[in-house]
Amino acid sequence: MILQRFLTRLLTMAVTLFGVAVVVFVVIRIAPGDPIAMMLPPGASQADIDRLRALYGLDKSIVEQFFIWLAGVLHGDFGTSISLRQDVLGLVMNRLPATLELSIVALLIAVAVGGVLAVIGARERGTAVEAGIDVANGAALSIPDFLWGLAFILVFGVLWPVFEISGRVSPRLELPFVTQFYLFESIFRLRFDLTKDLLSHMFMPALALALPLAAIIAQLLKQSLKELLSLDYVVLARVKGFSETQVILREALKNAALPTLTLVGVQFTFLIGGTVIVERLFSYEGLGNMAIDAVINRDLPLIQGIVLVFALLFVLINLAVDMLYAVLNPRLRHG
Amino acid sequence: MTMNRRELLGYGASALGVAAIGMPNIARAQASELTIAYNVNLPSWDPTTGPSAVNPTIQGIYQSVFDQFIPQAPDLSFGPGLLTQWGWNQDRTKVMMTVREGVTWHDGSPFTAEDIVWSLQRAGDEKTGNPIQFVWKNVNNFKIDGNTITGDVVQFDPVYFKWMSFLTGYVLPKAYYEKVGAEGFEAKPIGTGPYMVDKFERNAFLRLKANPNYWGGKPAFENVTIKFVTDAASRVAEIESGSSQVTLEIPYEEYDRLIGKDGLAGSCDTVSDIGMVFFNDIDVMKDANVRKAAVMSVDKKLLVDRLLRGYGLPIDTLETPEYAAFDPSIKVEYNPDKAKELLAASGYSTDKPVKFTIQTTKGFKPKDYEMIQAIVGMWRKVGIEANIEVYEIAKHYELRAADHLAPAAFYNWGNSIGDPTTSTGFAMYGPSPHSVWDGQDVIDAINPLWAEPDEAKRIAGWKAVSKLIADNAYVLPLLQYAQPIVHAKGVKVVPHKSGALLPALMTPA
Repeated sequence: MILQRFLTRLLTMAVTLFGVAVVVFVVIRIAPGDPIAMMLPPGASQADIDRLRALYGLDKSIVEQFFIWLAGVLHGDFGTSISLRQDVLGLVMNRLPATLELSIVALLIAVAVGGVLAVIGARERGTAVEAGIDVANGAALSIPDFLWGLAFILVFGVLWPVFEISGRVSPRLELPFVTQFYLFESIFRLRFDLTKDLLSHMFMPALALALPLAAIIAQLLKQSLKELLSLDYVVLARVKGFSETQVILREALKNAALPTLTLVGVQFTFLIGGTVIVERLFSYEGLGNMAIDAVINRDLPLIQGIVLVFALLFVLINLAVDMLYAVLNPRLRHG
Repeated sequence: MTMNRRELLGYGASALGVAAIGMPNIARAQASELTIAYNVNLPSWDPTTGPSAVNPTIQGIYQSVFDQFIPQAPDLSFGPGLLTQWGWNQDRTKVMMTVREGVTWHDGSPFTAEDIVWSLQRAGDEKTGNPIQFVWKNVNNFKIDGNTITGDVVQFDPVYFKWMSFLTGYVLPKAYYEKVGAEGFEAKPIGTGPYMVDKFERNAFLRLKANPNYWGGKPAFENVTIKFVTDAASRVAEIESGSSQVTLEIPYEEYDRLIGKDGLAGSCDTVSDIGMVFFNDIDVMKDANVRKAAVMSVDKKLLVDRLLRGYGLPIDTLETPEYAAFDPSIKVEYNPDKAKELLAASGYSTDKPVKFTIQTTKGFKPKDYEMIQAIVGMWRKVGIEANIEVYEIAKHYELRAADHLAPAAFYNWGNSIGDPTTSTGFAMYGPSPHSVWDGQDVIDAINPLWAEPDEAKRIAGWKAVSKLIADNAYVLPLLQYAQPIVHAKGVKVVPHKSGALLPALMTPA
């Protein structure tokens, strides 16, 4: 049953990615802004324009360009960036780990903060503490991530400068890494001096990305917990002498987590989307930051490559969540 | 809410953990270290090909690592560099250049006349994708004799040597480039410039190390870190927190606030970049009275004072005071009453205004949209009703190249070599893809100047073109921009009129 579900999802994944590729390819070519017009020097003649257009393969029809690009993609060649003059796939794969690390750290913060608030809120239900948590959740949700970022820069970057404002790692450090997963590799190599430096750069952008998701987790999980806390098996646990915290953590949390898991999966893709602006704000060298430059420079091959990788990431996350849900949910597992 | 001992310890440990991660780890200014929060990313290390080659905002980084054929002083004057002498023969059929001796590349290999010739030939080769190839192809058949180079002129261009200080005018290492190829050069670029590339993380930072053998003398700061901080608010935070010692291109309001703080200073001098409104020779803009009224009714000083906090210089032509063809006698008066009269002569009034569209960017240049809003307000008072259309700069380039801009369109124009060809010339010469006004009288006035060998006559000719344009209101020049630079008081910064922020010009105060 799960295998069949997995294969179906793989098929829809391929169709989705093809659709994204077509839409992105067409949209960025009909959208305003010609990359050749942007690089024209003063005094360029029509012959110069034609020469540059041919150099970047933009002199062919859109259909022709699409099939040339698609054939390349199927062979692992995503083309060459117009502005960076490098292989697109190499550029994207080089940046992807930075964005993934940031997103995963943000997710961990969101789950930790949201989970703790949910447990506290459920335990203190009906009191001023729960009301306070609801107010905090409302604020975290209504303020966009980049505004949180600006606030953190002011507080933790300027007024109390404890975290680094920009970049991913201090330029003065020598990095022994062989992969682009700096944070994970620093932990693996037990180079905690580098881990500390990386987290010092990552903390503010990750927190800015995490807060809205933390609020969603806190609200949903708290609500699920509150509903479960009135059920018989929970009441029985109380009768057995468990404290309220023990009741929540040992009895209610596992069952309450399932609906939250699905939501976290969906929201995680939004969180990755949010890295575009937040990475820019903190000059974090991830895929999102590069995406903005690519759009500004109308770097068509790079935009296509980035969007396709983002799309692949999104469908993979959705697939993973779907499979995890199927595994964890007994009704689906045995159905 | 109650909290037991275990929870208290847990919260305490968490707080300590967060504080430990964020312990101040920030590079403070040291005598040999300089950190600059730069406003743009560096896309590519090849200063002669692709879009980076014509991007004025990154030329300061290129000029730190590479030398141009001919360098410019902070006041835009030209001086000896890798070329110590240059010029034409009497009949302008040959160029002659003398190459500096005793210069080495960053890898220690000797710099020679061959590097100059190879760089010029490569720049003129259309296969390399040099966007300025149309200039470099004008001289070929170079011959080397010791440290002297001669070349044959294919087509005389009086600005040829000035281009050697401008976009793509960089000397690259022949032997090294041929050995490592384009990709190898991108990974490890070398030049003859004042700084050597130590470490480069794209979109993040660039570490430079002083070139001890620099022909112009070793720079004052041993190590320079350039952080690419593209968000203006983050750059303000960088300088305010002490994480960086120098930054640039921040809002004028923030500039005023920051230079009032202890430990910070700054400069906000004019640079070779102007704001202007193109007029397109379509619709109502064909009416001279409408154009003249549109120019006369704009109080440029008020725009500079109110919107740019006084940072900027109102201009009457596309030539700024530093440019070779600046003529202070050309003045365009601010006279809203006269503007009304002119419009009345064409049948327009405040009750029956002339209508057209003005296009502008929003946030591309400081207060661009606000400036256009203010101009539209000034126009409204005399009988011009302009509809503002906001677009991205990429759209502007596309429309301008296709000559499809609205009757009026805001733009900025940089010209760090200060020659009239690369300002008034390319902006106003009809056949140029950058020109918007296509009037035949301007084309006829400019045509003989492209190849005028007599420099005095050439400059006089360009001044006459400026007068013709001003008299007929073919364009609305607005202001010369000022560049805000904020720095720690421990650093002395010399601003460059080109707008390039050069670490080599910075010294400990």
